[in-house]
Amino acid sequence: MSWLLPLPVAIPLLTAAGIASVKEIAPRRVLDATALAAAATATAFSLVIMVDTQNGDVLHWFGAWRPTGGVAIGIDFAADPLGAGLAALACGLVTLALLYSWSYMQEATRLFDVLMLVFCGAMAGFALTGDLFNMFVWFELMGVAAYALAGFQVEELGPLQGAVNFAITNTAGAYLILIGIGLLYARTGALNLAQLGRMLAGHPADRLVIVALTLVFIGFLVKAAIVPFHWWLADAHAVAPAPVCVLFSGAMVEMGIYAVARIYWTVFSASFDHSADVRNLLVWLGVVTALVGALMCFLQRHLKRMLAFSTITHAGVMLVGVGLLDPKALAGAANLVLSHGLVKGGLFMVCGLVLLRLRAIDELRLHGAGRAIPWWGVLWAAGTVGLIGVPYVGVFLGHALIDDGATVRGISSVQPLLMIAEAVSAGALLRVGARVFLGWGPRDDPLLTPEPPEEPPERDAAVTPMAVATTLAIAVGLALSVTPGLEHRAEHGADRFVDRSAYVAHVLHAAPATHEPRLPFTVEPASEESWAYGLAALALAVATAAFGLWRHRLPELLRSESARVLRPPLEIVRAAHSGIVGDYLLWLTVGTAVIGGVWAITLR
Amino acid sequence: MNFLAFGVAGWICLVGFYGAIVSKNLIHLALCLTVIQSSTYVLLLSIGYRKHGTAPIFKGVKLGTTAVDPVVQSLTLTDIVISVTVIALILALALDAHKKSGTIDPDQLADFHG
Repeated sequence: MSWLLPLPVAIPLLTAAGIASVKEIAPRRVLDATALAAAATATAFSLVIMVDTQNGDVLHWFGAWRPTGGVAIGIDFAADPLGAGLAALACGLVTLALLYSWSYMQEATRLFDVLMLVFCGAMAGFALTGDLFNMFVWFELMGVAAYALAGFQVEELGPLQGAVNFAITNTAGAYLILIGIGLLYARTGALNLAQLGRMLAGHPADRLVIVALTLVFIGFLVKAAIVPFHWWLADAHAVAPAPVCVLFSGAMVEMGIYAVARIYWTVFSASFDHSADVRNLLVWLGVVTALVGALMCFLQRHLKRMLAFSTITHAGVMLVGVGLLDPKALAGAANLVLSHGLVKGGLFMVCGLVLLRLRAIDELRLHGAGRAIPWWGVLWAAGTVGLIGVPYVGVFLGHALIDDGATVRGISSVQPLLMIAEAVSAGALLRVGARVFLGWGPRDDPLLTPEPPEEPPERDAAVTPMAVATTLAIAVGLALSVTPGLEHRAEHGADRFVDRSAYVAHVLHAAPATHEPRLPFTVEPASEESWAYGLAALALAVATAAFGLWRHRLPELLRSESARVLRPPLEIVRAAHSGIVGDYLLWLTVGTAVIGGVWAITLR
Repeated sequence: MNFLAFGVAGWICLVGFYGAIVSKNLIHLALCLTVIQSSTYVLLLSIGYRKHGTAPIFKGVKLGTTAVDPVVQSLTLTDIVISVTVIALILALALDAHKKSGTIDPDQLADFHG
């Protein structure tokens, strides 16, 4: 069924072109419905492809330029379960976001639909392609649509700072990727991932390969919002409309993580026999990202910025899952991407409604105001609990698998650190829920980052489509940890993802798929260790929320002493998030030099 | 020869990054990005360069004539198309920022921080 493969890309892009050409004459609702139908169709085809890949990778060579004699000249789409699953998640989130926008973005021009569909097609293409330069093109297309969407200011909220910082930082990252691709082409004369991997295999990595690895990885880590390249993400989320944030946090950031995994396993895995150095750096980058994200999350009072920092926390955990270079951890990262994408998307949708109904997005100004919309408080609480990692709820399965992978690879010190990061960031969200929807805690907190005052315009909109989209996203996201058979399929998919020689044989030599095992539809019981981590995370999250709300009730001595010790480092981290794009580019340059330097020394 | 081209590409890239980092004007910043981008052209074209090679157009040319690599040229072309879009978008955002806040200094636009 290889003819299916281009459809999740072609349908949204063609529909976008169609909508753009008739947007002046056709009624608005017809255009909205067309866009929604196109995204839903793309989701359906992605799901069909995902099911199809259970019996082996699916290939499509554009223009039938098949490889001859094991040399690829044409460009291919190569879908495996994880790639197709990511495409399905991206298209599914676009569908939900469009459903939400049905009433939420009423006053927007229909260019919004066009941009959303281009974004959808680009993400699907990125997840499905088997060619490095093609990957770069989808990456840039995704970027262009995303920059325009981030600056899509129907709410007149704040300045365009977020969109500008986002566009400039990510463009600089994209040029690094292009330079890396150029160097790889100079060495191998190939752009196909399988071909690149085969040309590099068997030679120890030299300086050029290490430089290329650094540049390509850093470019994608910028998109994945990994410390110290994460700055743009919070700025972009603060200004982008809620349905756009759903896609930024739920799918776009994950594309960066996916690219690192895909390119490492297909291209570089054969050239590094001592992969421990690659692993150490990626894992610790991920851990630092998770911790910085959690700290900053706790310090926010702007709801969308807070969720953005929570996304940074989870991006760090996903990078640990990928960076452990272990199939089990990779399966965990894949599960985490899926459940986090849906749950976080749902939470952003709640934020959008809060902004629409209560006309504020500031935790302190919203104190107790959420009691007017209790159902949304329930959704917020459910989503927050889904992000903690409580046994059998939401992101739990992904975490448990990443922890298993860490144990296998002998880096078990990361598990408690990740647990703390996630619990603190989820605790901050719990605190928001208690303050906004229950009116608990004081009305003021000098610790939190002050926000520029803003007055969103009063708008009236039907709530039903928004409620349906939000409930669907959160409910499915929560249920993923108890979906029968998902764990086995993810692990099996990850095993195939890391099997470079099978990928090469299939893509370049059209080797028939080996017989695939029948996987059971069961939910595996969680290990005792996972239970312990899950419950500890729950306790810590509740404690964090209580600390945030009722810190003033602690004994005076304890408070002043802890403030004396904790304030200085905290202020440094806070000050580093300056909001100035020049600083971000400096971090990018220095980070690239440091990471490249570390690898140049350790990987030789 | 090849090393010279690589060195020039690296130099242009670093100069572009320097300009972008110290920039106090969004339009200047967008132009610095095009400078970084130019380094990728130099790099890509030098990768495809063959000594005494002709343009890769094979109509009416003897078989076996040396030609430069057409793949990197198409990569460069694609890159130009993509980057023009991105730069246009950044300039449009700069225009919008000026309309709204009356400044295009990125430092003064930074309302959100910390």
